[in-house]
Formats: sequence, structure tokens, C-alpha cells
Amino acid sequence: MGDHAGRPARGHRPDGEAAAPEPRRRAGELSRLALEVLEQAGRPLTPGEVRDQLQAAGAGPLAYTTVVTILSRLHAQGIAERSRAGRAYAYTATAGPAQLVAHRMRRLLDAEDNRDGVLASFVGGLSVRDERALRELLGPDLPSGPQAGGPPGPGR
Amino acid sequence: MHVAVYLPLALPVLAAVSARWAAARLEPRTATWLLTGSALVLAAASGAALAILAATLLGQMPPLAIIGHWSAAVMRRHDPTSLALAAIACLLLTAALAAAFRAAARRVRAFTDAASVARCLPRGGQLAVLDDPAPDAYAMPGLPGKIVVTAGMLEALDDAERQVLLAHERAHLAGAHCLFTALAQLAAAANPLLRPLASAVGFSVERWADEHAARVTGDRRLVARTIAKAALVANGHEGTPSAALSMAAGSLRGTGPIPRRVAALLAAPPRQHPLLLAAMLTVLLLATGSALEAARDLHGLIQLAGGP
Repeated sequence: MGDHAGRPARGHRPDGEAAAPEPRRRAGELSRLALEVLEQAGRPLTPGEVRDQLQAAGAGPLAYTTVVTILSRLHAQGIAERSRAGRAYAYTATAGPAQLVAHRMRRLLDAEDNRDGVLASFVGGLSVRDERALRELLGPDLPSGPQAGGPPGPGR
Repeated sequence: MHVAVYLPLALPVLAAVSARWAAARLEPRTATWLLTGSALVLAAASGAALAILAATLLGQMPPLAIIGHWSAAVMRRHDPTSLALAAIACLLLTAALAAAFRAAARRVRAFTDAASVARCLPRGGQLAVLDDPAPDAYAMPGLPGKIVVTAGMLEALDDAERQVLLAHERAHLAGAHCLFTALAQLAAAANPLLRPLASAVGFSVERWADEHAARVTGDRRLVARTIAKAALVANGHEGTPSAALSMAAGSLRGTGPIPRRVAALLAAPPRQHPLLLAAMLTVLLLATGSALEAARDLHGLIQLAGGP
């Protein structure tokens, strides 16, 4: 358990299979790729520049409007910032791809059906009464101070 | 038909009252299968009973009688139930079918949403660690399924506790637990009386995964402690002074599923209860049998009216 091989990698390369004819898959992957492009640029990019870099990275032919949609969605989610650059907006990344996945997960979990029906959570909600019952059941075994967590794990 | 058709409508009440009690006693895997099966059988049997009652009314409608080649007048004369009851059955059946379809559509959408988000997770490996400080962990069904753990949760647990967490979530994926909960919730959508059964199934699959983790790690108390700790940190309760220890000792009345899971792990491993099992199977047989009996009676009535 020491090495978290599954940890989202920052420098994740665009996948060659992005050309697969699956619109939903592309939408999710494209916003991740677009965010990577913004991150690596280190300066504000216009949708046109993002499109060029996406295509250079092998994302296949892309409509300008698709890129604009992706970028404005990232902006609406608070993951990218934008500023006026002539007639268009220029975008900068405020969060990395790893946070993007985390953000998307949290949104998925917020949809009421998903938490109960699809995703099996390790632990659900806890009422005050539940907490009391737990402390009674386990007593001294449970963390009681602010230093609740165990030692920081090797994965950190 | 008189008793047989109403029995499948009454049995879900019995199942609903006893579901939580049975889930707490039966071995979790058995409980999951039995409760899910019960939910499906009872939903189907009560749906069939409503359909049969509705048919006694619809059979009296001249257009249907013409299509089916039976006599509407004979159907009316031998009507085994009251018009009002049959009309209510019609309404309930329509509502149940609509609710079941809506629930199925929502569930399919939830699965595809989860699948599309799962594609954003890093490929390869069953475990995905999210760079998220909020402690959380869950199993995402899919092909292949993923175990998603946030960095916050990993930080809160020590090595042994992480093994528990992973063993628990692996059991969910390996046992296709989401299918059990999905089917039970579908049955409960069609027949709201079955809702306690659906939540008992949800509890049983958690217990199933807990018991698996206990077998893998060989330490029931460790599993109990991990669940409690994870629940406390995930709900931001950590560090709160245990305000009121005044609660009567050992009382789990009115508590949610987590204290009950912990208590079950602190107790001896679950045993099979053949008598309880037999009793529940009898109820299911009774529901199926009476629905079939009522269907046979309806067929007899249609034949009496000259139908096929």
C-alpha cells in the first residue's frame, strides 16, 4: 500500500485513442487535456491556441466552438480563470488535472442518486447519536484529540 | 381468488417490518441474497395481484371483451371484487409501473454518469487516489471497477487500517454489490412498502464487505475501529469531545448503520439461522403461490365468460 500507483499523474500524456468515436468519453478527456495544455503553457491562452496545442498533441480535429465550450465550462467550475484578450478570452489554469478529477468526483457524489445507488461508500453519514454510540462501543480505541489521524502515510 | 389475490399485497408489510431485524441476524451474504430476492419476488407478486384485480375491471369493458372474445356481461355478473377496489388497483398498478420505469432510467443514468467520470481516473490499477483533502472512500462499479480513495482518507488511516479499507471496497467490487442494491431499490420504487427491504440490502452488503475485511485481516476489532475512525473523520466529528456519555450503555436503538456495523464486528462472527431462513423462504413461496392461484382464478373467470 506504500506506493500509490493509481495517483493521478500531472504530466499525463494525451492518449492516442482519443480519436475513438465516443463523444462522452472525448468530452471528459478533452477537458482534462485542455487543462494540461493550460497548465504547461504558464501564460494565458486563447481558445485558438488551446485548440492548436490539443491537435498538436494528437487530439484529432477539433471545432473551435468545442474548445470554447470546454474552456468556459472549466471557468464555470472554477478550475480555470479567464481574462479579456482582444475579442476573445484568454484562459489560465487555477487547478491541476488531479484536482479536476477530484472536483468531478465530488460533483458526481453530490447527485443524490449516485451516493446511495451506484457508489458504495466506505462510511456514510453519522449523527451525533451515532458518534456517541461509536465512542461507547470502542471507547479508548478511538481518536479523541485533534491529532486523530495516524502517522502520515508513505504515500504522502 | 378472494384471499389469494390480497395476500401478495399484504406480505410486503410483513417483510418490511422484519427486514431490518433479519438483516441484523442473518449471515450477511445470505441476508443480501435473501433480502434482494424477497424484494424482487414480493414486488413481482404484488404487481401481479394488482394486475389481476385490475383485469377484473378491465375485462368488463366492452372493447376489451370483444378483442378477447369473452362476454362482458358474464364478467360483470361474476365480478369477484368491488369496482372501487379494482379501480384503485388500476391506479396503483399504473403508478407502480411508472415509478419502476423512472427509477430504472435514473439508475441507468447514474451508472453512465459514474462510468464517464471513471474514465477521467488514471488508467491501470484498481486503486485511484484523489488529490482531495476531504476524507472519503468508495467503490465505483464498472468494467473494471475502481476503488477511489481521497488523499484525506489515506492520511487519516494507518497502514493496517488502509488494508481494511481496501479489503472492504474490493469485496464490494468482487461481489457486484451494486447490482443487489440496484435491484432492491428498483423493487422498492415499484412498491414503496418494500423500502425497508432495500435499505436492509444496503446494510447487508456493507456487512458482507466488513466480514470479508475481517477475514482478510483476521482482526474483527481492527475492522470495527477502522470503520468508526473513518466515519468520524469523514463526517468531521474527529476531536469533538464525547459530549454525552449519558446514553444507556450498549443501546443501538435509533442509531444509523455505522454503529450497528461496528457492534456486529465487535460481536462474534455471524452464524447461519436455518429457522429464520426457512421462515422467510416460506413467505416468498406463499406470495408466489397465492399470486399464481389468483391468476388461475382469473383465467377461470375469463373461460367462464367464454374467453380463451
